[in-house]
Amino acid sequence: MSMMLLECRNLSKTYGQAAGNALNNVNLGLTRGKIIGLLGPNGSGKTTLIKLINGLLAPTAGEVLINGKAPGPESKMAISYLPDKTYLADWMRVEQILDFFVDFYADFDKARAMDMLHSLQINPNLVFKTLSKGTQEKVQLVLVMSRRAQLYLLDEPIGGVDPAARDFILRTIITNYSSDATIIIATHLIADVESILDEVIFINRGHIVAYDNVDNIRASRGQSVDEMFREVFAC
Amino acid sequence: MLKFSTEKPIYIQIVDLVQARIIMGHYPPESKLPSVRDFAVELGVNPNTVQRALVTLEQGGFVKCAGTAGRFVTGDRELIEKAREKMVCEKALDFATCMKQCGCGTEEAIKAVRRYMEGTGEPQCQ
Repeated sequence: MSMMLLECRNLSKTYGQAAGNALNNVNLGLTRGKIIGLLGPNGSGKTTLIKLINGLLAPTAGEVLINGKAPGPESKMAISYLPDKTYLADWMRVEQILDFFVDFYADFDKARAMDMLHSLQINPNLVFKTLSKGTQEKVQLVLVMSRRAQLYLLDEPIGGVDPAARDFILRTIITNYSSDATIIIATHLIADVESILDEVIFINRGHIVAYDNVDNIRASRGQSVDEMFREVFAC
Repeated sequence: MLKFSTEKPIYIQIVDLVQARIIMGHYPPESKLPSVRDFAVELGVNPNTVQRALVTLEQGGFVKCAGTAGRFVTGDRELIEKAREKMVCEKALDFATCMKQCGCGTEEAIKAVRRYMEGTGEPQCQ
């Protein structure tokens, strides 16, 4: 399979003229088997790019291709998406939500999900809305990582959870990803995710300002990605 | 999860770590190494980074790849011994540099280290 998993060609997105370009002429080609950080300050275009990839937004110009095709039913089968906000029906019990996912996604592995819930000490019989914010986020990540997808889009997966749970979540990501899948993690908590990343994409004001391998950055700049980020995006 | 220093590539830090464990006998000669995934989980890093580190160790001769059976520590004890000597040299250099900075003479430095080498060393530094 030499085809790119994900390609963006001259991709632009504008939310009305007053708002300017949220994304400006983005060109990217991503291969399989990578964990990639999508890093940028607030409002840089991270979420816009992710929503364009999974077809929740339509491009103003240019195109997005997943396995060579525009977003559609096929790409939705291939992509597992963790949004930055909850969209689950909050009156459901956790296990009901799992069953909901079983119905929706052929690649959803319920046994794996139950296993992860057990490790996180989350009772599957509880009603979703009675859970704390951090626990709700953990449940959502469990749902997303229990699919056997080709592309995982994680929008701020560790934003709302405590440091111990962060480690668990990162471990969950490492143990559950297969080498023919790619994971994109959008975050500004760089120091926390840096050690699990292969590559990073730096995005600022809708432009890709850097796309490089993490070890290359450390070798050539003598600094961590976190330090580079602070330098590139200094206010 | 291991804390990595910021200035060196992570894979090189993993090479150093595994090499140190081989030297210390934590992974004896010809023993089987943990899998890529086990290392990745233990160290909290990407499996591809571990892979790169292990390939680097293979190139250095410390590790042998036995196909699907996994990776093994070399049986070449001479190579391990050489690496051990190199590590001793490096640590001694660090120590000596530090002692000089503290204004220590050779005798004082040897006395200080002897206390710990000979096992009577309660941490007396304040």
